[in-house]
Formats: sequence, structure tokens, C-alpha cells
Amino acid sequence: MDKKQDRAQAYWKANIRLIAILLVIWALVSFGAAILFAVPLSGLNVGQIPMSFWFAQQGSMITFVILIFVYAWLMNRLDREYDVHEEGEEETS
Amino acid sequence: MSTETWTLIIVAITFAFYLYIGYMNRVRETAGFYVAGRGVPAIANGAATAADWMSGASFVSMAGLIAFLGYDGAVYLMGWTGGYVLLALLLAPYLRKYGKYTVPDFIGDRYYSNTARAVAAIATVFISLTYVAGQMRAVGIVFSRFLQVDILMGVIIGMAIVAFFAVLGGMKGITWTQVAQYTILILAYLITAVAISAKLTGNPVPQLALTFSDIAVRLNQIQTDLGLKEYLAPFQHFSQLNVLFITLALMIGTAGLPHVIIRFYTVPSVADARKSAGWALLFIVILYTTAPALAVFAKYNILNSLNGKTVEDAQSIEWVSSWQKTGLLKIEDKNGDGVLTMTSDKATNEIVFDRDIIVLSTPEVAQLAPWVVGLVAAGGLAAALSTAAGLLLAMSSAFSHDVYYRIMRPDADERQRMIVGRSTIFVAILIAGYFGVHPPGFVGEVVAFAFGLAAASLFPAIFLGIFDKRMNREGAIAGILTGLIFTLVMIILIRSTRLLGTAEPILPSFLGVNAQGVGVYGAILNFIVSLVVSRMTAPPPEEIQHMVEDIRVPRGAGQAAAH
Repeated sequence: MDKKQDRAQAYWKANIRLIAILLVIWALVSFGAAILFAVPLSGLNVGQIPMSFWFAQQGSMITFVILIFVYAWLMNRLDREYDVHEEGEEETS
Repeated sequence: MSTETWTLIIVAITFAFYLYIGYMNRVRETAGFYVAGRGVPAIANGAATAADWMSGASFVSMAGLIAFLGYDGAVYLMGWTGGYVLLALLLAPYLRKYGKYTVPDFIGDRYYSNTARAVAAIATVFISLTYVAGQMRAVGIVFSRFLQVDILMGVIIGMAIVAFFAVLGGMKGITWTQVAQYTILILAYLITAVAISAKLTGNPVPQLALTFSDIAVRLNQIQTDLGLKEYLAPFQHFSQLNVLFITLALMIGTAGLPHVIIRFYTVPSVADARKSAGWALLFIVILYTTAPALAVFAKYNILNSLNGKTVEDAQSIEWVSSWQKTGLLKIEDKNGDGVLTMTSDKATNEIVFDRDIIVLSTPEVAQLAPWVVGLVAAGGLAAALSTAAGLLLAMSSAFSHDVYYRIMRPDADERQRMIVGRSTIFVAILIAGYFGVHPPGFVGEVVAFAFGLAAASLFPAIFLGIFDKRMNREGAIAGILTGLIFTLVMIILIRSTRLLGTAEPILPSFLGVNAQGVGVYGAILNFIVSLVVSRMTAPPPEEIQHMVEDIRVPRGAGQAAAH
């Protein structure tokens, strides 16, 4: 019973760590690149437009989509590793 | 065939299609009515969420809004997409594992309190009602603009369609209709955007054309030359602080909107809930990354075609004269120098255009076939109807499931619950329709209210319910009420010129933050009050702590669904 609880706690810790890492990236591409560092990053270009503008109106949103799929994929792996995945669930990515 | 005929045909075909889908997906039990029997595949739920999310206003007005705001338009782009990351990482999988029907369901059970359930139900109904009022209006406007029927008639047709598939099919009917509606709206948006992109830049992919062609830089140059605000430079319309707060308020608010959250109850498993959020955001981002490109193209095209031209030259352009007739585009040589000049001053500006024109005029500007105009009309209607349907269901389930069944009549049987469910959705449609015909003064304040209140009340309560095992009934109720009342009062004070009719705003801003961003302070207050109060009162009962442990692991989601 105690061992089972320890495993559940370890699983939850690993999940929190993953969420924290992904949310740091989430904040960097939006609040960082497009707002807090918008003025300094205006000097650099992506294609023909300023980098901060690109992050504000394109890059941040594209990163958001990737973050969710990465989370879904890594969590599926974590679920199996800790044997808490759903019954009858085939491995999907 | 004329544009009107094409529009009528395409709108009629798409409507018949929605009615058919609604009829095929009619349901008999509450699980089907509230959560589509939890049988919706992740990708279909993603498309339905996207259609639910993108309203008539975002289809028609968003590109125009960005065209006016330039860089700062990013608050809406990032705010309305970044919330899905919070939803996917922090809420959706656990709410799916918990496996009931509504948002107040979770809050009521987690905080073992019917008071918490009732507060959450009131917040849900209020947020959804504010939001839906604007949707029915949009339906009426699209009908009247494209089909020359009056707004009242347009609203009635829209209500009848939504009533048919929502009352009959509940969440199941709504979901599959939304999948069809997403297809229509994204096709309409992309066809026009690709065409104008290819015409102006030679590159058919709008996102690439925006980044790699020099059109954005040229637009920025024109605006600078005219003395208008720079398009590509940040913080021209909002201060840096406001951009930060509005973006964050929209993100947290998005994650706390009940009609979005309940979509994740419909998928078969926890893994599907995670993946489905990804699909939803992908489908949304396809439109949201196209919109800023369309904004640049259309604004460049309007300025380039009109600025410095004589009135006669301008009027000889076909789309100019046709949009002048609608009153959405006004050109007038005010200073009598023979040419039109755009300025930033209302008194001297000679080219005035409504922001809706950015999307609506694009097919004509890009000289597309008349059927494309019809498709754009059908796309706008699909966007408005799908959002309205989702909101109506969220509203009626909060009432019929949480208030009627869980609080008033826990002994109600399946048949009675279905009758109450169907009749509340019908009443909700009538209320929404009334607001569509007689829009309340606060339609423009919808964004501030709906997102601010969702951010300050529901999001913190759900988040803490999952991540803080020690959070208890006292903390959550105190937090929700503090966040809700603070945000409501602040928005009313800051927007008092519109809401109370005062000459000057009673409060210009709260610590430098405007009405749209003030929900962030509400959310912070909610978190602080919840944490402090919960630590000073008794911990939640043992079985609640077990429930929290249980929703944190995916295994067993199938059984929870059986109810």
C-alpha cells in the first residue's frame, strides 16, 4: 500500500515537473519574446519582419500547438512507465 | 448567377446539412444529452471545440481588429490561443478523469458543498449569457447583410436552426454539427486568404507571405509616411503593462470558460482529452495565424488603392463603390485638395472603413467568383451558430443538471431530467434570441466580462481543486466570491461611461490596468484568499482527499464515465 502510494507520488511529481518545463517555454515565447523583450527583439528579423512581431502574431501560437502535443505524447509514456495508463488503451502518439 | 442567388443556395445547402446531422444524432438519455455519451473521437472533439470557440465575431471582425491595432492585436491572438495550453496541461485531463457532466458538478463535489455548486452554476450561466447575447446579434447581421432579410427575421431563422439540433440532439447533435460547421468556416476563410495572398504577394500561403514578403514592411512604411501609428512596433495602442495583463486575462479566462471545458468531458479517455486539446488548438491556430496575414494584406490593399487618389478614380474601382453603398466604407475629400488622404485625426481623415470590411470585402477585392462570397456568408453563419449552440448547452446544463437535479430534485428520474434539459435549452434559446433582437448595452463589454469573470472565479477554483489537496470548501467559496465581486465591480467602474452612463469613468484603471486585463488581479486575489482561508479552517474530509488522488491518475476513467 505504502509502496503504491510512493509510486503515485513519484508519478505526480514527474507530471508537475513536465508541466513546469512546458509552461516556462509557454511564457518565454509569449510574455517573453512578444511583450517583455518586444523592444530589444524588434531589431532582429524573421524573414522580413521584426522577430518580436513574428512571435506576437505567428510564432507564439505555433509553439502553443506543439507544446500540447508534446505534453500529450510524453504523458502517455509516463502513464505506461508508472503503470497508471487506461485499460485497453493502445499506444498512440 | 448573381451573388445573392449563390449565397442563398450555399446557405440553404449548409443549413439542410446541419439539420440532417442534428436529426441523425438525436438522443434519448442524459449522458448523450450532456456529454455526447463520451463517444467523440479526439480529433472530432478538437474540430467541434474549434467551431465552438471561433464565434461569428472572430470570423468576421478579428482580422479587422488586428488591422487597426497592428502589433498590439497580438493580445487577442496570444490570449485566445495560449489559454488552451493551460487547459490541456492543468485542467482537461483531470476533469475528464473525474468524469461528470458540468463545471459546477466538479466544484460542488470537490468542495462538498451545494453552496459552491450554486455559485459555480450562477457564474456559468452569467458568463455564457453575456457571451451568447453577442452571438445571436452576429447571426442576425450576417443574414441581413448577405440575404437582405431584416435582422429580426435573421435572428428567428438562426434560433430555429439551433433549437432543432440542440433540443433534439443535446451535446451529441451539437458536437457533430460543429464538426461540419468548422469545415465550412475554415474553407471559407482559407479560400479568400489564399487568393488575396497570391494576388498581392505571389505567395499563396498567407503565413509565409506575411513573414517572407515585404508587404508588412511596406504597410508599415505607408502608415509612418501618413503619420499613422507604426504597424510593426509594439505598444502603440496599449501600454506594455496592459498588453501583458490583457493577454494573461484572456488566457486564464479561456481556460475557465465553461462551454470550452465541458467539451473535454465528451471524449472516451484521459489520453484523448490531452490529445483533443492539441487538435482543438491546431484547428484554431490555422485560422488565427491566417488572420494577421489577412489583416496586413487587406489594409495594405485599401490604403494602396485609395490613398492619394482622386475621388473619381477611387469610385471607378468596383469594390469601392459597392462597399460605399453599405456605409462600411466612406471616402470624402474633406479639405478639397482633390485627393484622398488617410490621417489619424477623425476630423481630417478622408478614408473611413469599418473593421468588418477586412474579411467581408476580400472576395471582391481579390476578384473571386460570386460563389466564394456565398461561402464566406455561410462560414460566418457557421461560426456564429456553432458558438451559440455550445454556449446554450453550457448554460442549460448548469441549470437543469446542477440546479434542478443535483440541488432541487435529486430524486428526479431519467425521463424528467431529459424533459427539464430540453426545456431549459429551449428557454435559453428564446432569451438569447431576445438579446439578439434587442442587444443590451453591454455587448461591447462582453469580452471584458466573460473572460474577466471566468479568469477570476472558475479557473482558480478548478485549478486549486486538482493541484492543492488541502484546499477546502471555505477557501474555495471565499476565493470565488472575492474574485467574482472584485472583477465585476472593477469592470463596471472602469467602463462606467457605457454601463452606468456617467460622463467620465469612475475609475480610469486599476493600478494602470484596463477593464479587459483587470481579471488577472481578480484571479490573483482569488488565489490568495483561497489559500489563506483554507489554511485557517479544517482540512477537507478524507474521502475528498482520496478523490483528488484518484483524478490525478488516468486509470479507471472508463468506469467513472458509467455514472
